[in-house]
Amino acid sequence: MQNYYQKEIETMPVEQIEALQSEKLVKQVKHVYENVPYYRDLMDKKGVTPDDIKGIEDLHKLPFLSKADLRDAYPYGLLAKPLSECVRIHSTSGTTGKRVVAFYTQNDVDMWEDCCARAIVAAGGTNEDVCQVAYGYGLFTGGAGLHGGSHKVGCLTLPMSSGNTDRQIQFMNDLGATIICCTPSYAAYIGETLEEQGFTPDQIPLKAGIFGAEPWTEEMRRGIEKTLGIKAYDIYGLTETSGPGVAFECCEQTGMHINEDHFLAEIIDPDTGEVLPLGSKGELVFTALDKEAFPLLRYRTRDICVLSREKCSCGRTLIKMAKPMGRSDDMMIIRGVNVFPSQIETVLLNEGYQPNYQIIVDRKGNTDTFDVNVEMNADQFSDTVSGVTAKEKALANAMKIMLGINPTVHLVAPKSIVRSEGKAVRVIDKRKLHD
Amino acid sequence: MSLKQLNIFVENKKGALVEITETLASHDVNIRALSIADTEEFGILRLIVNDNDTACKILSEKDFLIKITEVVGVKIGDQPGKLSTALSVLDDEDINVEYLYAFMARTEKHAYVVLRVADNAQAEKALEAAGYHMITDADINKL
Repeated sequence: MQNYYQKEIETMPVEQIEALQSEKLVKQVKHVYENVPYYRDLMDKKGVTPDDIKGIEDLHKLPFLSKADLRDAYPYGLLAKPLSECVRIHSTSGTTGKRVVAFYTQNDVDMWEDCCARAIVAAGGTNEDVCQVAYGYGLFTGGAGLHGGSHKVGCLTLPMSSGNTDRQIQFMNDLGATIICCTPSYAAYIGETLEEQGFTPDQIPLKAGIFGAEPWTEEMRRGIEKTLGIKAYDIYGLTETSGPGVAFECCEQTGMHINEDHFLAEIIDPDTGEVLPLGSKGELVFTALDKEAFPLLRYRTRDICVLSREKCSCGRTLIKMAKPMGRSDDMMIIRGVNVFPSQIETVLLNEGYQPNYQIIVDRKGNTDTFDVNVEMNADQFSDTVSGVTAKEKALANAMKIMLGINPTVHLVAPKSIVRSEGKAVRVIDKRKLHD
Repeated sequence: MSLKQLNIFVENKKGALVEITETLASHDVNIRALSIADTEEFGILRLIVNDNDTACKILSEKDFLIKITEVVGVKIGDQPGKLSTALSVLDDEDINVEYLYAFMARTEKHAYVVLRVADNAQAEKALEAAGYHMITDADINKL
């Protein structure tokens, strides 16, 4: 038997959902044009007025928003509601020193929590379940989103946040957690820890897990499903559009249903911006149809993926997105945190280093390793090992403050980083993230 | 009064040391003493040579990371217990030795000890007060 959280929407015929999207888009464009001078300028420059947008067939006329716009407009430039109507913010891990701050009205929070609730119900959740939320709580959207969704479903919610694995395991067993929400790497780590402590999958109360916020492979999914004895569901989202729950997986596990009544998806050619036909591989773009406080129109996610609208055995008619298969920029997701090489560069320049560096990302077991080699000059070099290692630690610390995660820094000799055609290779990602 | 030490950053890879020694040899730079501090990832080669300027120039040209620091050089007798006596002078003054290495003179009945301390002047003062003779770059050139 299939369960839905909002059956009418989740199983709505395509023509109806498209009509709904059109109706919402027309209203949303008016709302943004009237309340967000930054986007109004972009529309004016393109010669588009709200009257030109009569339905989703006119979506392509609207200008794109990118991460750079969000940085330019920081913090209030894209806000569409007075702060008196906003009840919360969340924030990304921050790029080149500036974070993206997203604002939420109470309606925005409700809509987002509904999206997460749909994901939990699709994973088999009901009010009989005990849902352990082991995403980080705080500025990060993971904890808050699934926490709210779990409440909506009526699960007994365990607001664990991430970390303290022994306590996670104790609560999981003592309170009989049946659903866990966290990053896939943390799920794998909890699984390994349980295995080390002698737990077999049938002794673990969990039945399902909802995992996202970082890339993971089918192989990793099978590993987690085996050690925890659960079914592992993927979830997708980004702070800019609200958080996790923009798209979620159903029991079929063949891509994620997009909550397209709230988020209108397009696939574009990342180089030309041209909209590509359904089924093409390209950059995913979202238009938030219902968001009030931070309503991004045509936001370029930089995630490369494919959309499809095939009939799904779960009965949902919502369009599906494949797991993102890469990025159209140089962003990396390391231990669930967005990392741009430009951030590393900023830290190096601040700390008096030349921007000659190389980032090496790998995965040992199920945890990402993050190493940064940096060419040093005579100022940083000293005659003692302790002097050099102290410099490495200081630099790693400065990077941690910028990125939110701790790299291992290795100072290396000048000109020792391999250059191809004069340009150093900045990133070596040895992880196997895509099947 | 000073003794200059060359510090060269050496990555742990095949051929790194021989490239340094060959470069020095090809320009007639004579190594008087050396020590290496090594970790799993890199080493620091410390050299006392007869011609610092040339050594610095030719190694920098080959992109070696090189830095000159001043260390304390002290002459001690070449007999059992003499190093210990010299170190106890520093110990009495609470001077910590970060590292040291020693080398022999060819003609005299002496050894030379190179010391890295936090404060060179303080260590030199203590050793001289105890009757030790400091060695300088000029002494190295005469060896």
